[in-house]
Amino acid sequence: MGEEILRVENLKTYFFTEAGVVKAVDGVSFSVYEGEPLGIVGETGSGKTVTSLSIMRIVPPPGKIISGRIIYRGEDLLEKSEDEMRKIRGKKIAIVFQDPNSSLDPLFTVESQLNEVIMAHLKVTKQEARNRALELLKMVRIPDPEARLKAYPHELSGGMRQRVAIARALANEPDILIADEPTTNLDVTIQAQIIELLKELQSKLKMTLIMITHDMGLVAETTKRVVVLYAGSVAEIAPTNEIFKSMRHPYTAALLKAVPRIDRRKELKPIPGSIPNLIDPPSGCRFHPRCPYVIQRCIEEVPELEFTDQRAVACHRWKELSLKGE
Amino acid sequence: MGKTLIEVVNLVKYFAVYTRGILLRRKIGDVHAVDDVSLKIEEGENLGLVGETGCGKTTLGKTILNLIEPDSGKVYFEGLDVYETLRSGPEEKKKYLRRSMQMIFQNPYGSLDPRMTVYDIISEPFVIHRHIPRDEWEERVYSLLRLVGLEDYHAERYPHEFSGGQRQRISIARALATDPKFIVADEPVSSLDVSVRAQVLTLLENLQKEKKISFLYISHDLSSVRQITQSVAVMYLGKIFEYGPTDEIFEEPLNPYTIALLSAIPVPDPERKINRIVLPGDVPSPINPPSGCRFHPRCPWATEKCKKEEPELREVRKGHFVACHYAENFMKGEKPLPTVQQ
Ligand SMILES: Nc1ncnc2c1ncn2[C@@H]1O[C@H](COP(=O)(O)OP(=O)(O)OP(=O)(O)O)[C@@H](O)[C@H]1O
Ligand code: SF4
Ligand SMILES: [Mg+2]
Repeated sequence: MGEEILRVENLKTYFFTEAGVVKAVDGVSFSVYEGEPLGIVGETGSGKTVTSLSIMRIVPPPGKIISGRIIYRGEDLLEKSEDEMRKIRGKKIAIVFQDPNSSLDPLFTVESQLNEVIMAHLKVTKQEARNRALELLKMVRIPDPEARLKAYPHELSGGMRQRVAIARALANEPDILIADEPTTNLDVTIQAQIIELLKELQSKLKMTLIMITHDMGLVAETTKRVVVLYAGSVAEIAPTNEIFKSMRHPYTAALLKAVPRIDRRKELKPIPGSIPNLIDPPSGCRFHPRCPYVIQRCIEEVPELEFTDQRAVACHRWKELSLKGE
Repeated sequence: MGKTLIEVVNLVKYFAVYTRGILLRRKIGDVHAVDDVSLKIEEGENLGLVGETGCGKTTLGKTILNLIEPDSGKVYFEGLDVYETLRSGPEEKKKYLRRSMQMIFQNPYGSLDPRMTVYDIISEPFVIHRHIPRDEWEERVYSLLRLVGLEDYHAERYPHEFSGGQRQRISIARALATDPKFIVADEPVSSLDVSVRAQVLTLLENLQKEKKISFLYISHDLSSVRQITQSVAVMYLGKIFEYGPTDEIFEEPLNPYTIALLSAIPVPDPERKINRIVLPGDVPSPINPPSGCRFHPRCPWATEKCKKEEPELREVRKGHFVACHYAENFMKGEKPLPTVQQ
């Protein structure tokens, strides 16, 4: 494993809405090591996107980072001025969103969008920028790149737009690429293209990749370690090749039993209830209303995230439970 | 195998597309949404319908129910000609058809009237179809609620008071109120949270087993199709490319598009070797599809013949139909065809 490049410590990001305070991210901690593909997996509303927006310091109002630290190469990003952040965003840490339209501006051509990021951080001539733009389009395997430079986003298909968004994110060879559900809105065969592209880029560029997804299949295929989020907090962190066989958190086990698989028919075990409302989350362990192993202590006391041998888990009972995969 | 419940014969539905603008609108082509589709659904069996955006899944589902009028072709329900009966059949047969065939949609929000209580929503079909005596309505509403895993006190609430999964249960209860034998379920779990999907999927599984209802389960989520269907039809640009028993097709797909589609899905097993066929290019527009085999521009095995001749959907094994000139070459143990670099 490489050196620790990013450490999120007890991050809390809340949204102050009219209905109440949404505790979207409530004490999330994890580390990212240089060159690794790390997965962050969780369902809708578990806080995946808010975590990544917090790392980039682009949480939209009424959201606010309340407390915690985000240590990037030894420095706390939450202490940086907006000016300093601008030099980090896109240059050191870049993000690709689920919807490529939110990474791209509909009014500008592919070329000017790429130029914008290239020239923001590098002193280059127009011609050099253009060459770099072409190189980037080739890197993300866009056919006929010269012609595509002149295209507007709406003239491209969803898959092509996502490639342009990836090219744009990689323009300044960032230290860390965050990919937030980069394939979710795409057709299956186009998803496969983007997954293969990201895998290839990750291994070729030895890129630190944070892959955000709700799909355990994608976790298995593209990551080496994974952080499981549930309702704004970390349930467990583990090496990918261990978590499928020996998960420590009841939520991880329940999630795997609840999703059908392409490779065989199985007995589906739904998780009862629904994901909690984060304005008024359940007391103690947030999973307790749905957990088959709940005891009184789970209702009263929030389980700490305990770190042991490269893994971490937040469950009062993990030592006595021996959870198994399917 | 039981009796045939639904038979679709040579169904065709095109939509004309025009240039934008009000004056001088010119027709630029036809969307081949449903292009000569034939299928059968056995009683008590679920048929999965898979394929990518715009390939015609929803149109096929709606056309089977006559919610969209076909250009040509026929649909039979228990041997009854659906279009003919609805047009000019006896009143009681019309009613029977309308009751027996239902649809549930992807978005459980849009399909429920926000001003009606759950009780009114579920009992509305009783008012429309009058197939149950009035004094039994209440009893029926509560038993339907329980059947879909809701509780009696939910009856007095409004749709906005429910989660997505619960709303989908309400629309399922409403569809069940007419005692249907056949339900088109169009992406019924796509808008639900992962952990809630399984609740609705097992509900569908149980309805099929216990109430012997057949579903046409439309989904782009291939894993759930494998889970809850017995047969599957794979569609590409309006055509059925492969059709047959679900497990057989998932284990041994014989059409290159199916092969690529199945290989695209990541499996939750980090040790599994990935053997993926990545198709080049985009999902093409269904307006004026390519010549010959409409998949040939993306097919890694396409030959000259594929560009010119459209393959027929033929029975390669008992009950397993494939539209590819070279289906036999993809059988296990056969020497695979060399792939063509695009
Ligand atoms: N602008 C906002 N105003 C209020 N609440 C918000 C806002 N943005 C996010 N939230 C809330 O924060 C919580 C976490 O949301 P987040 O988008 O991080 O989830 P996610 O894990 O990315 O989910 P998804 O899988 O749907 O992308 C949710 O309860 C969400 O409703
Ligand atoms: S802390 Fe208790 S409720 Fe939470 S996951 Fe562990 S056993 Fe279940
Ligand atoms: Mg998100």
